[in-house]
Amino acid sequence: MAFFKSILGKIKQGLAATRDTLVTGLKNLILGRKLDEQLIDEVEVMLLRADVGTAATTKVIDSARADFRAGKLKESKDLLDHLKAGLKELLGGPQTQLAEAVADPANPGTRVPTVYLITGINGAGKTTSIAKLANLLRKQNKTVMLAACDTFRAGAVRQLEIWAERLGVELVKGQQGGDPAAVAFDACQAAVARGVDVLILDTAGRLQTQDPLMRQLGKIRSVVAKKIAGAPHETLLVLDATTGQNALRQAEEFGKFASVSGIILAKLDGTAKGGVVVAVKQASSIPVKFVGVGESIDDLEPFDPDSFVEAMFEG
Amino acid sequence: MFEKLSETFSSALRKLSGNATITEANIREAMGEVRKSLLDADVALEVVDKLCDEVVKDSVGREVSKSLNPGQEMIGIVYDRLVALLGDLPEIPPNATQEELAKILTAEGPGIVSVSPGPTIVMLCGLQGSGKTTTAGKLAAFLKKRGRSVMLVAADLQRPAAVEQLQTVAEQVERELPGGATVSFYGELDKCAAYGKAVGVAVQVCQRGIAAAREKGVDTVILDTAGRLHVNDELMGELGQVKFSCQPHQIYLVVDAMTGQDAVRSSKSFHDKLKIEGIVLTKFDSDTRGGAALSVKTVTGAPIRFVGTGEKLDNLEQFHAIRAAGRILGMGDVMSLVEKAREQVSEKEAADLEAKLARGEMSLDDFLKQLRSIRKMGPLKNLLGMLPGVGASLKDVNVDDKHISRVEGIINSMTPQERRDPDVLTHSRRRRVAKGSASSTDEVARLVRQFETVSLLSKQFAGMSALQKVKAVKDLSNNKSAAAAANMPMLPGLGAKGSSFTPSIKDKFKKRKR
Repeated sequence: MAFFKSILGKIKQGLAATRDTLVTGLKNLILGRKLDEQLIDEVEVMLLRADVGTAATTKVIDSARADFRAGKLKESKDLLDHLKAGLKELLGGPQTQLAEAVADPANPGTRVPTVYLITGINGAGKTTSIAKLANLLRKQNKTVMLAACDTFRAGAVRQLEIWAERLGVELVKGQQGGDPAAVAFDACQAAVARGVDVLILDTAGRLQTQDPLMRQLGKIRSVVAKKIAGAPHETLLVLDATTGQNALRQAEEFGKFASVSGIILAKLDGTAKGGVVVAVKQASSIPVKFVGVGESIDDLEPFDPDSFVEAMFEG
Repeated sequence: MFEKLSETFSSALRKLSGNATITEANIREAMGEVRKSLLDADVALEVVDKLCDEVVKDSVGREVSKSLNPGQEMIGIVYDRLVALLGDLPEIPPNATQEELAKILTAEGPGIVSVSPGPTIVMLCGLQGSGKTTTAGKLAAFLKKRGRSVMLVAADLQRPAAVEQLQTVAEQVERELPGGATVSFYGELDKCAAYGKAVGVAVQVCQRGIAAAREKGVDTVILDTAGRLHVNDELMGELGQVKFSCQPHQIYLVVDAMTGQDAVRSSKSFHDKLKIEGIVLTKFDSDTRGGAALSVKTVTGAPIRFVGTGEKLDNLEQFHAIRAAGRILGMGDVMSLVEKAREQVSEKEAADLEAKLARGEMSLDDFLKQLRSIRKMGPLKNLLGMLPGVGASLKDVNVDDKHISRVEGIINSMTPQERRDPDVLTHSRRRRVAKGSASSTDEVARLVRQFETVSLLSKQFAGMSALQKVKAVKDLSNNKSAAAAANMPMLPGLGAKGSSFTPSIKDKFKKRKR
């Protein structure tokens, strides 16, 4: 229970600013006021301002409005409950489990490394998220290896190297400007040889409009799959919480080219509301698995839609 | 989106006829669509509402009968408002020729100030991951090209390896990019041991960097500060100290073009703290509609000076309000398309080709070359999306890049003589070509037919004046995707005459002149 509380606390902390405006704003706005059409309009504005997007907002608000007109919502608290339920429904249940490799049935004794591929656009927060994820896995007593497949951006390999040194985990790197798929291949080989539990692949940031770079993700995936059956076990898309409706396009394209299985929502500790997650879940059904809620290495939390929505409204 | 807006306006105003005037009541519904469209483009809500109010004010009282298409007229009002909000329009002389107009529209903006005695000090700031370090490198390349020496100072001691990244970028600009000036680097790698804790150390690094630049006689110093959250008081305080002690001549806020509603809050915080003098909009080569540009401009009042349009260090362009406004409205961005085409085809190549076209000498080789340069510009679907009026209608059309590969295969299987003169393709030759390219004789025949149509069209096209060309393109794009797709191969040739503005924009200016 204490563990859960700490998570809730972290998310609340991360959403501190959200509380100031959207959350307490919403709560103050809603509670203690007469429920009428104008109040519903104002709540709609709040949701739009949280980057929930017009489609998802319209969905939640229209249903609230319909219920209000049908006389099902009597007071402002009913509206609050209705909105919470609506947002939770759009987000779906928590899906924070990361898939793991299963041992080869023919050789039950051998250990197969679990491989996580991390993708996203430039500057979304991939490398930092990887460091946080590695830290989290280390705390679960797993051995972790990192692979620096971002051979494009200057300093990217070094950045990951510094994190690896600080965390005390192994790193596989290649030549600057080299083939990222080759680094991934070497990393898989090393991960098998060293018998590590989890291998995390960092990739270069790429805009979803860069076709050849998007296809490269497919190549990395197939190289990895050839080396380790079933890999990558998770392909995570790192989304910047400050991103607006373009996150929908990112989820769509990365989903198409890299079969993204989950999202890490980074930078939720600013004033951005991260409401775009609701829109993304609705459009692409890719679940959020983790949220980045601060600048320290421990600031990565499993995403729990219920406490996320509660934290948004409870303040 | 654009079509939808236009339709909504038309249907809202259709009921009006004769000398009826637009009232608030009869456009309210249509304004709802405008609002939705702008919100979907990530324009901040407060900015959207302000803009909508102004548009209503602009349009109420106008007589519908005067305009042929009230929907278009309304879009025009929205568009004008957007352009006005995004940037100040240059003065257009009343009787400017096409060339002059094009020149004004693509003229270089004020860019980076130059002070004497130097060095000019430019400071970059922004959120994490907005693209400051890359922008620093791009600005250095921009200045180098204009003969101004640059020193890049690494003041980001927060993110691991940020100093190394800037150093590599500086070396790359010095080594690989054109220009007659040196690009140097100042950083203190040993200070990085204190990563994440070194709040305040950056101030001294900046001061020492500027001192080093002064000693070397460098023209411009660019301070690359660490990315930070606008709510982190400690780090925001550090920026304030850098500003106080280094007295930069220009402070640029680097903003991710994909930012959502939060753009208002974060940029306001930076502006309140630092008094931003300019904005650099990054990652504009994505498919974002870029409403953040409008939000940030409105909140800070600072002009958007540059846009980052790619991963390469020379992918930095001056900002054009006219283009950005079209993009936010989902109207497409013809100018970007023409520019993309220009990147792939040199002026000389284009001129040669045009001459060939005029003489009706275009060969399948030229055709292939054009196809290839189109392909280099990116996925076909993205390109077509830039054409006005095509974007929305293309959503469900399956544009297959593989089709170009097939065409390439077929042409590659032809002899040089066949490529020059497809008329010699007898049935047996066709069979050979089909075999060589794993296609069918039907496909080969179809390609030849298509080529003949294109070369005929091109021949007519080449004889036209710039104005006629623009008209012709407009007609074609009105004919929706199929015609636009057929028109694609000719675009590089079109770019040659510098007709780099959309007809609608041109019409806009005509209106202004009156």
